Amino acid sequence: MSLSFEQINESYMDILKELGNIGAGNAATSLSVMLNRRIDMSVPQARIVGFGDLESIIGPEDALVAAIYLEFTGDIQGTIMFVLSQDSAKNLLLLLIGCEMNPKGSDAFSELEISALQEVGNIVAGAYLGAVARFTNLTMKLSVPSFAFDMIGAVLSVPLIEFGQMSDKALFIETDFLNGGDSIKGDFLVIPDMESYSIILNALGVM
Amino acid sequence: MSGVIKVGMADLNAIVSPGILTTLGLGSCVGIVFYDNKNKIGGMAHVMLPTSRIANGDKINEAKFADTAIEKLLELMISMGAKQTFITAKLAGGAQMFASRNGSNDVLKIGHKNVEQTLKILQEKNIKVVAQDTGSNYGRTIELYSESGLLLVKTIGHGVKEI
Repeated sequence: MSLSFEQINESYMDILKELGNIGAGNAATSLSVMLNRRIDMSVPQARIVGFGDLESIIGPEDALVAAIYLEFTGDIQGTIMFVLSQDSAKNLLLLLIGCEMNPKGSDAFSELEISALQEVGNIVAGAYLGAVARFTNLTMKLSVPSFAFDMIGAVLSVPLIEFGQMSDKALFIETDFLNGGDSIKGDFLVIPDMESYSIILNALGVM
Repeated sequence: MSGVIKVGMADLNAIVSPGILTTLGLGSCVGIVFYDNKNKIGGMAHVMLPTSRIANGDKINEAKFADTAIEKLLELMISMGAKQTFITAKLAGGAQMFASRNGSNDVLKIGHKNVEQTLKILQEKNIKVVAQDTGSNYGRTIELYSESGLLLVKTIGHGVKEI
């Protein structure tokens, strides 16, 4: 059975938020260990967003971002995206590797930088899903990460199209990460497909 | 200063010159642009999927699917005074934003299908596609200038094109 957006009520949203909390907590810890820095996270938001008001959530659709894209499959399926501004991505790389790999002021990312960012996405998403899997007893597998440095609307079109087949809205579980100095600010989006919501709620015994 | 009208995702709109129609951050979605050069009427749709046949539910958003969006946009432009025989089309978008490394992932290739289906429908309707900037792996922002029918395609790191 698949839920429709009309059936997803407040208490379901609270459960999804809590699930986000558990996953993101684990993800923040893994990022913190990797960077040897304190990483704070916001309280996760579960939001249903209409395609028309995307801008109110993500800002202008043509804003430039570094995005790491992963898919998960298994008992539940969906997309994970780790989205960083260009500055945040460069600052993260600086902390991770300890030196600049590209000439200062260079717009694009080198192969090595992309590969490092993909690995960060992989570890953070793995930590997130690992926590969700332990909590729900569901099994899932993570894909190899992909990277894009492009307009946020364009990168988000990928998971949104998936929702578009059934609805004019999408459900996001969103968490912001930032380090103390605010030099790294990332947005972590988990977008399970529609069928997965009822499976999650079932697994938690609330449906 | 003429106005700029923004067309969102799964949305469409049309204007009579002067003015600009724009849609931001086209990824795998396709921007379908119509222009009636005689009457200076421009239209734009930001479609996400090739066909409404896959939709379930009785009430669909026509602007979301290439087939229904084309019909609706034509209707809208004709109601504003355009003639179908004068209308030509330009297309942008339909990129594959992320490389698929897990074998065949249909979702990632939807951009290509969107473009293919759009071209097919336009051919059936006898609407000539005069320019297109589609495919590849990057996002596009487009602006249609309704005085001239010029379409500006802006990208990040892949230049700006007039088509």
